[in-house]
Amino acid sequence: MSARNRELFGLVPAALLVTAGFAAVFLQQDDLRTEISDLSLTYGAVFLGLCVAVHLVVRITLPHADPYLVPLVAILASFGLVMIYNIDEDLARDQATWFVVGVAVFAGTIIFLRDYRVLERYRYTIALAGIVLLLLPRMPGIRAPVNGAYLGVQIGPVSFQPAELAKICMIVFLASYLRDTRQVMMQRLRLKDLGPLLVVWGASMVLLVFIRDLGSSLMFFGGFLALVYVATSRLSFVVIGLGLFAAGAAFFMNTVSHVQDRIDAWRNPFDPELFNAEVGGSYQIAQSLFAQADGGLFGTGFAQSLLDLPGGGRLLPAAETDLIYALITNELGLAGAAALIGVYLLIVERGFKIATLADDSFSKLLATGLTAVFALQVFVIIGGVTKLIPLTGVTLPFVSYGGSSIVANFLLLALLLSVSNRARAPR
Amino acid sequence: MNRAILRLFGLIVVLFALLVAWTSRWTVFEQDELRANEHNNRRLLEEQRIPRGPIRARDGTLLARSVRGSAGTYSRRYPQGDLFAHTVGYSFLSVGRFALEQEYNEDLTGEERGVQSIVDQLAGRERRGREVRTTLDLRAQRTALRALAGRAGSVVALEPQTGRIRVMASSPSFDPNRLRRARDLSAIPDGSALNRATLGQYPPGSTFKVVTAVAAIDSGKYTKESQVDGSSPKTISGTPLSNFGNQQFGSIPLTTALTKSVNTVWAQVGVDLGRETMQEYMERFGFYERAPVDLPEEERGRSGVQVRGQQGFVEVTDSAVDLGRVAIGQGGLLATPLQMANVAAAVANNGTLMRPRLVDRIVDREGRTVEEFEPETESEVMKASTAREVGDMMADVVAEGTGTAAALQGVSVAGKTGTAERDIARGINTPWFIGFAPRERPRIAIAVALESERGQGGTLAAPVAREVLQELLR
Repeated sequence: MSARNRELFGLVPAALLVTAGFAAVFLQQDDLRTEISDLSLTYGAVFLGLCVAVHLVVRITLPHADPYLVPLVAILASFGLVMIYNIDEDLARDQATWFVVGVAVFAGTIIFLRDYRVLERYRYTIALAGIVLLLLPRMPGIRAPVNGAYLGVQIGPVSFQPAELAKICMIVFLASYLRDTRQVMMQRLRLKDLGPLLVVWGASMVLLVFIRDLGSSLMFFGGFLALVYVATSRLSFVVIGLGLFAAGAAFFMNTVSHVQDRIDAWRNPFDPELFNAEVGGSYQIAQSLFAQADGGLFGTGFAQSLLDLPGGGRLLPAAETDLIYALITNELGLAGAAALIGVYLLIVERGFKIATLADDSFSKLLATGLTAVFALQVFVIIGGVTKLIPLTGVTLPFVSYGGSSIVANFLLLALLLSVSNRARAPR
Repeated sequence: MNRAILRLFGLIVVLFALLVAWTSRWTVFEQDELRANEHNNRRLLEEQRIPRGPIRARDGTLLARSVRGSAGTYSRRYPQGDLFAHTVGYSFLSVGRFALEQEYNEDLTGEERGVQSIVDQLAGRERRGREVRTTLDLRAQRTALRALAGRAGSVVALEPQTGRIRVMASSPSFDPNRLRRARDLSAIPDGSALNRATLGQYPPGSTFKVVTAVAAIDSGKYTKESQVDGSSPKTISGTPLSNFGNQQFGSIPLTTALTKSVNTVWAQVGVDLGRETMQEYMERFGFYERAPVDLPEEERGRSGVQVRGQQGFVEVTDSAVDLGRVAIGQGGLLATPLQMANVAAAVANNGTLMRPRLVDRIVDREGRTVEEFEPETESEVMKASTAREVGDMMADVVAEGTGTAAALQGVSVAGKTGTAERDIARGINTPWFIGFAPRERPRIAIAVALESERGQGGTLAAPVAREVLQELLR
């Protein structure tokens, strides 16, 4: 069977999942409200249409690309869309719109960027764009702090989290930069070669202090270390890097109150003072754990989750973004949560597979970097929601609500598939 | 570079395994702790979304039902108002649960156990509560509360052979519907929240002479014809004790001493039987234990002796207890109305005390009985012959003694009155009546206690018992 036909068949499970999910939400709502609405079924149909569109774009433009990535992403997206629809119909409409935009960006990237290696030529421009993007949230007039962190910018009605795009800019730059310097760095360790390492460390600290975004900072720096390690095969860089990051984080932990709050909440989620705190308390992480406990092994069932407080307001804060993993665990249990992590692991596996198959350093480093930063993002948010590490506001790729996250991750997918197409093309 | 990529993948696998491990930690290993966490109110919110099962009277009348409100949540209604406030109780998010609503919460919320719960989950079946069918009699309950007429007190009536409680009334009562929009229990008038049937502890006075009589006859030391000197006053435990109105009796048989409620006779009998024997029989009747009824633990009171300067109940074997006065229901002895109803019920049921019950079956939403509570023996209190003799003596009390006000047309009633002194200076007593009917084939045992009234058990409590018995024996 050809790769593309495998991809098409691979979409069947996602189709089944999304149909079953929306049907469950549909039935549940039908039960709660008296008027009958078939809106949920329309969403299912639109979603399936998008899947087919992506498949056709790939079939025409990237015939040799990895056949498993698109179906895996479709499963993630259906998980997310069903959960968000369950939370709020309006959010689901936005999310569906963003998926359309994301698919357009995906198609545009593939069609107009026939050879992704041209990106190397613009690496400094891309790096600059990345830094500007990161600093945008602190620009007067467009900044919009959420929970004490400057994660997003607000331009008119559209809010945007530039860190999502910046992470891709950074990977493209680093892959290109390290391709040139890796040989030198592998030979001997000179102070001069530590330059870029220090620059990125500095950028991560800036993220921590100015943007107050512990999660993105961890993700950036982790992605960077992964790339340096793969480029040079020298563990010493990783050790030095981790040491630097730990020192910086430890310093700012005591000076930036926002970071301090997150750590306190992580350590003592059930402390009454922290639990009842108006801002920066542990209410969110505690509710996350309660929701997961109620899920048990098999969960409460699709659309069975308890979301709203009787007096109005949300029982599970930010259920559609930060805590969507807790919601999934609540409804589908440990089994569903493990399946979700399994899907992410398969995507990571495909990503690294693409990296090993690629035959030039830039492609290898690009695929590795994109995959590593994707994996770290999953780890940072799920680790936060399960209290493995302090909870920070990072999205769960393709699942969480949020336009910038969807667009950025479709861009990431497009780049990965492009690398794959080139690596697997018969010569 | 491929080797480094592989190692990196290995690291990611480990990190993701940690994520699964931590998820298992919350969903499986520490699930119970999290569910029991004080900040976790998911359970309460969850239960609001479940239609609680109805609670019904013996004849099927609705005592509690769930009404669907906005946003798919349900709330409780109590169609009988204040009639069953203390037995059915209430269940509201803001004030919690009480009485049967609490005791049968798992059934009322339709909680499934084990395999069934997983099957239901997978099938996405909506959870619904099961019906709780009580043994309570709507009309008799109404009669009891009307007869109490707002006076503080309680009526307990049950079937001696099965332990099924037919009336459990506590006055003053309150309307649980008023709690629906309340933030806390202050919406209930002062003093009306207490279930006096199980938590009201009053000196049982002369009604306790039934216990002393059972101990006397069952121990083989006395028969109902045994002669005891009834002159007054008599020195008991170093202080003189008088009969009611300082009446003088010569040497009289025990049966007469019960009919005329002669204090000096029963005090002497108690002292003669000794501490061990009295303690033994009191325990057989259920004194010193929480009432064995199907209510939450904190709503099941105890009966026993309180001694000044000591915490909690003191056993009769303790020398600090004035045994002679305990034998006539004074001397620090306190009993709940349910306890005294059990005393009457044990005599009525040939000496066997059945476990009192408020609920006899659980019915699922399809109308199938999923659980039926068979009558259970609580304790073998006395020989059947003793029960017969004491029963005869109690029949005389109603036929010709202090309890004539409880007599019914065409039905012989056995009973005993009591008038425990509460505030001697102001003449305030706790009037009592305990008994059963019909004498030959008892169908109902009853206890009536009025908390603080000017008057005697024979004139205040016996008429209440009469009305309730009449309703129940119709």
